[in-house]
Formats: sequence, C-alpha cells, structure tokens
Amino acid sequence: MSTSIASSQASSFSFPPLGARRLLLLGGLGLILVGMIFGDIFAVFILHQNASSVGASLVAAAHVALDGDSAAVARSFRDVGSFLENRGTKVDTHVHMIGFGYLALLLAVIEPWIAFSPTAKRRIAWLFLLGSWLLPIGVFLIHYVGLAGSPLKSIGWASIFADLGGLLVLIALLACLVGLWKRLRSPTPEPQTDSLMSACAAGTPMLLTGGALLVLLGFASGASYAAFDLYRHEARDVADLSDMATGAASMDATGVDRALGDYGQLQGDKAVKIAAHAHAIEFGILAMLLGLFQPFVALSNQWKRRWAAVLLLGSLMLPVCVFLELPYGLLAGAFADIGGLLVVFALLAMWIGILRYTGHLDASISETRT
Amino acid sequence: MNSARRILIIGGIALALWGMAYGLWYAVFAEHQALDGIGASLTRAFTGAAERQPERTQAALAQYRETKYVYDRQVDVHSHWIGLAMLLMVLGLALDHVALSDGFKRNLALAALAGAVLFPFGVLLQTVDHGIGPRALAVASSGLLLAAVAIFALGFARSGRISKSS
Repeated sequence: MSTSIASSQASSFSFPPLGARRLLLLGGLGLILVGMIFGDIFAVFILHQNASSVGASLVAAAHVALDGDSAAVARSFRDVGSFLENRGTKVDTHVHMIGFGYLALLLAVIEPWIAFSPTAKRRIAWLFLLGSWLLPIGVFLIHYVGLAGSPLKSIGWASIFADLGGLLVLIALLACLVGLWKRLRSPTPEPQTDSLMSACAAGTPMLLTGGALLVLLGFASGASYAAFDLYRHEARDVADLSDMATGAASMDATGVDRALGDYGQLQGDKAVKIAAHAHAIEFGILAMLLGLFQPFVALSNQWKRRWAAVLLLGSLMLPVCVFLELPYGLLAGAFADIGGLLVVFALLAMWIGILRYTGHLDASISETRT
Repeated sequence: MNSARRILIIGGIALALWGMAYGLWYAVFAEHQALDGIGASLTRAFTGAAERQPERTQAALAQYRETKYVYDRQVDVHSHWIGLAMLLMVLGLALDHVALSDGFKRNLALAALAGAVLFPFGVLLQTVDHGIGPRALAVASSGLLLAAVAIFALGFARSGRISKSS
C-alpha cells in the first residue's frame, strides 16, 4: 500500500500513533494470538494427559471401593480435584485471553464515540491491556504457586494478582461506558466522522458473511446437542456412576471396568460436541470483527482475500474436526490442530498488515510535518 | 446511531453487564457450594460402595444428579448471556454491511435481542421448574436467534454482492 493511500484513509479513520484505538487493536489481536497458541499447546501437551489422569483417579477410586477401602476412596477424589484444578486454570487462561482480545477489538471500534481526551483514552487502553494480561497470567500460575507466602488462608498470590487484573479490566470498561454515556448525554453532540463501521475493504464481505455462517453453524450444533444429547448424557452420566458404585459394592470387577469405559466414552462425546459448538461461534465472531478492521490491513486486495479465506477455512476445519474426533480419533485431532494453526497464521498476517499500515500512516504524517 | 444499531449495541452492553453481574453473584454465592456439593456427593457414593451400603450410595448419587443439573445450567446461562451480548454488539457494529431495509433491520435487531435475553432465561428457569414451559421458552427463543442470524448472514452476503457489482 502506498503512503498516499494510507494518508487519504487517515483522514476518515481515527488511528493516531500510540492512540487508544491502535493500542487496543494491536494489543487485542496480540491477546487473541497468544491465547490461541496457548490453546493449541494446551490441547496437544496437557489436555489429553490430564484427562487420562482424571480417568485414572476415577478408576483408582472405583477399584479401592471394590476392595472396601473407604479412606483410599476419599484420597482418590482429592487427586481428581487437583487434576481438575490444573485443567480448569489452563482452560480459563486460554478463554480469558481470547475473550479480552475480543473486548479490546470491540473497544477499538467504538473508541471515537468515547467522549474523553486522547490522553485519557490512551490511559484507559493501557489499563485495559494491563488487566487483560495480568488476569490470565495470574490464573495460569494458580496451580503452580498455590498458597506459598500468601497472607490469606485460602487465596494465593496468583489468585490475588488475577483478581487485580480483573478489577483493572472492570475499571477500564466502566470508564469506557462513562465516556459513551457522556457522548450520548451531550447537549450538542459533535458529528461523528469515523467511517470504520461502514468502510468496505477487500475481505470485509467474505469475513462478515463467513463469520455469520460460522455462528449459525455453532448455533445449529448447540441446538442439536440440546435436543438430542443433553438429557441422554445427563441420564447416562448418573447411570454409569451408579453402575460403578453398584459394581464395587457387589464386588463385580468386570461391571466396574465396563462402567468406567462407558463413562470415559460419554465424557469424550460430551467434550467434543461442546468444544465444536463453542469454537464455531467464537471463530465466527472473530471473523466478523476482523472484517470491520480490513481497511487497516495494509496488504494487496488479493492477499487480503486470501488471508480471509485461510482464516475462514481454519475456523471451519477446527470445530468440524473436533466433532469428528470421537469416530476418527487422532487423525481428526491432527486436522483440528492444523485448522487452529491456519487461524493463527491468518491472524498473524492481518496483524502484520495492520503494523505495516501504522508504519505507512506515521511516515506520511511525519512527511506532511516536514 | 440508527434505531437498529442502538437496539443491538445498547441492548448488548446491558445484557453483558447483566450476564457479568449474574456471574459475579454466581461465583460468590453458588459456584463453590455447587462444586463442593458435587465432589462431596461423589465421594459419599463411592465411600458407601466401599462400605457396602447401597442405600447411601443411591441417595448420594441422587443428590449428585440434582446438584449437577443445576450447576451445568447456571454456568451455561452465564456464558450464553455474555457470549450472545458480544454477538449483538458485533452485529450492531457491522450493521452498515447488512443489505436490508432500515425497518427490517430494526425488527431483526429486536428479534435477536429478544432471543438473546430469553434463551438463557429459559435455561435458568429449568433449574426451578423441570416442566415443559421453560424448555419450550428456550427452544422457541433459540429458534428466533437462529432465524435472526441466518437473515443477518443473508444480508451480509447481499451487501457483498452489491459492492462487488458496483
């Protein structure tokens, strides 16, 4: 993209150097990228191993119940709690990073409507980004730091910093709301000239349509899960646990093992269906948000469309292949990971495109000054 | 800001705040109690099995089923309200790219907002009433949401076709 194009667009979009919109856009995309890469690493190296450990603890609990050792049963369930905490904090890190990234992109779109000075908006953006990084890092460390050196009985330092991060995000969001409210209540509202929401660049229609279709796919899979699986799964969950306990009480080792196998299958079925539903919707929303920011991506029209197509392909591949993990196992899992990587590559390409745009824009501004 | 955009963005922000407030209440007053209840009932069930007390096991499993039923729905309600709020806001921001009439967009925005509010509410009602009413509400409102998003997708596609041809 030439500097002249960048400077002509600069007149219609608010995008100053180190301004709130630029910080939120680049910081938000950075959060989503790191959150997704972390999610991929978590899925490959931790999720399955952790699920095996939870399953092994449940097997141990059922077998010690078979032996009539009630003290060992309680110990096995304590182990399950520890494995679940490890898994839960990793999932929360992944989810919160991406969620805060989405929020940052939303705030970047509405930034011109927040009625504060540019300096105040920049401070709010920094506050938001600081909290957005602090919370997931704190949550990630909860499992490792525990209660070491903590002044409190049940909450460790990692939790305290995670909560502080959440508080910073909340303060920044409230400040944005106050700014929006101020503009809406202003007796003589200044006319808003920012045209980002209506600007249509190459890739915008594809990302908006594809994103809405992905959301629709996610809704349809969720509706199908609720209609055909939810109540069946809930009934089977209790039935399998009951079979395990009854088998243990009647010293039927074969019955216990069969129930454990069924229970593992059930948890797998539930997990892949919920993950497919959630990822389709999240990727759909991400595609729509990125569609709005295409005017800031300094790549040729052809490459904008290509990266948009790559992002949509990965966004479709991941949930579909996750859904197919149960019948096709690791093969489908590998394709799901490839889908996730495609999304990461496309996002990285767009992030670099936006960085290029900021470079062109700043160069044109300094040329105008000289 | 036109009326459809106002409905989607202000409705989305209000719904997100409501969902977060519900989440805060839930985290402080319900979640830990529910998780403790689930863990304790499972431990009791298997301890009962180890001690060969089938009645205790079955009673503990019945308690597990009820606590888990409520817990799953409360978590779903929180995440769906906030997720749907985000979707409403994004649709509101992208409204200029929907090639439909203003009046139709307004009705579509109202339908999407109604679906986003009522669907999780129907799920929440299931925790106090296991009858057909809450389920019917959840099914009808999710159908409304599905239809609204399908029409938005159609509007985006039409807009893309129009800008391509022009």
